[in-house]
Amino acid sequence: MRYLAGVATLQFDSDRCTGCGMCAEVCPHGVFIIANAVAHVTDKDKCMECGACENNCAFGAIRVTSGVGCASAIINGMITGREPSCGCGSDSGACC
Amino acid sequence: MVKSDNTGCQCAQTSASGAATLKTVLAIKKASTTLSRNDQWGAIKCRLSSFRNNYTVTPGLYAVGEPSEDSDVFVSASYKLSFDKLRSALAGINAWVLVLDTKGINVWCAAGKGTFSTEELIKKISDTNLPLCVRHRKIIVPQLGAVGISAYKVIKATGFRVLFGPVYAADIAAYIKNGYKATPQMRAIRFPLADRLILTPMEIIPMLKWYPVYAAVVLIFFGVHSTGIVFRDAFYGGAPFLLLGLVGVLAGAFITPVFLPVIPFRAFSLKGWIAGLLAMFLAMKLFPAMPVSLTVFVWLFFPAVSSFAALQFTGSTTFTGMSGVKKELRYAVFGYVIAGAASLISLILYKSGVL
Repeated sequence: MRYLAGVATLQFDSDRCTGCGMCAEVCPHGVFIIANAVAHVTDKDKCMECGACENNCAFGAIRVTSGVGCASAIINGMITGREPSCGCGSDSGACC
Repeated sequence: MVKSDNTGCQCAQTSASGAATLKTVLAIKKASTTLSRNDQWGAIKCRLSSFRNNYTVTPGLYAVGEPSEDSDVFVSASYKLSFDKLRSALAGINAWVLVLDTKGINVWCAAGKGTFSTEELIKKISDTNLPLCVRHRKIIVPQLGAVGISAYKVIKATGFRVLFGPVYAADIAAYIKNGYKATPQMRAIRFPLADRLILTPMEIIPMLKWYPVYAAVVLIFFGVHSTGIVFRDAFYGGAPFLLLGLVGVLAGAFITPVFLPVIPFRAFSLKGWIAGLLAMFLAMKLFPAMPVSLTVFVWLFFPAVSSFAALQFTGSTTFTGMSGVKKELRYAVFGYVIAGAASLISLILYKSGVL
């Protein structure tokens, strides 16, 4: 299953990449592969912007605006003017 | 239930080396790998109600089986459902489980919210005296925890090398057998029918809490006339709408998730709208022809409800990202406002007897 195309904020800077492979290891959607000792983005549209790759890239080669892909969280964020956050653990009862 | 009786640190007892001098009895809890009837009932309640918001396990270090100072360490969250999944997957394996304080939230969500974090892992490694309990320096974190945990920061601060385990706890035994290497299949998150189905009550139940309010509005709308209240009209006029309301919600919150891969379009609001149109087409066959104004209302209002309900399911999926949902929302909210306003106008036309 795939979601909307051309929206993911994932940015990869191959100049900084050392080919360590952490991004390929942590991505649950197989967005990265390692070939010729450097990472490649195979299919950016598969990215769900979870941020695991950026968080585990010790070389700052990956940038992604991560956040929850959850409509009620984003609507809540619009209403309260805060960062979109799901209701997990709060009183709203809805959980991501 | 998890046995929370504290036992002496296993490693302190079994160690024959220098660690034997370690006489400190650490607060290590035992965890069974079999789930009791209570655990299973708890898992069901988590899926159905806000019971999940208070289903926690005490953070700290747990012993599964009879772990030694060479046993693996698995990291989990303080949401009991997560912890239960892990410990039942560890049947036949002697291991340590380090539960981080995630305020009762599962690994993936807690990682996104910043409680399943690098800082918390570093803190728990030190608070539980883990370096005294194991001789090796590796720690296995569920792959989805990578959203919150930076492996390179953990090794710098603690000396422990983070290995990202498989996405699913059920693959742990195969992961170990494979030499602590996850295959591409173990790394990929899926979203099969069973997973989609199990998540539908989370959207349906909160929406149905509004159903009595909706039913009351429907009955009042059809029952109240300028001449007074006619109960017969309230029931006979309202009955189709009581059913259509239910059908609208279920088309979006149940049918759409179940048939997610086969419903056309990628936007959830469009998927839900199509499911809603189809459901109205079928449901309307049950009733005699309605006035034009009410027919227009049915086709405008209920598919919009389905669309909204389906959009909520983006929060349950494993593949929707924030940028996509934001983009979709911009169009969807505009559509809902238009549909809502036009529905209202058609109701006014009906009541005034124009159409």
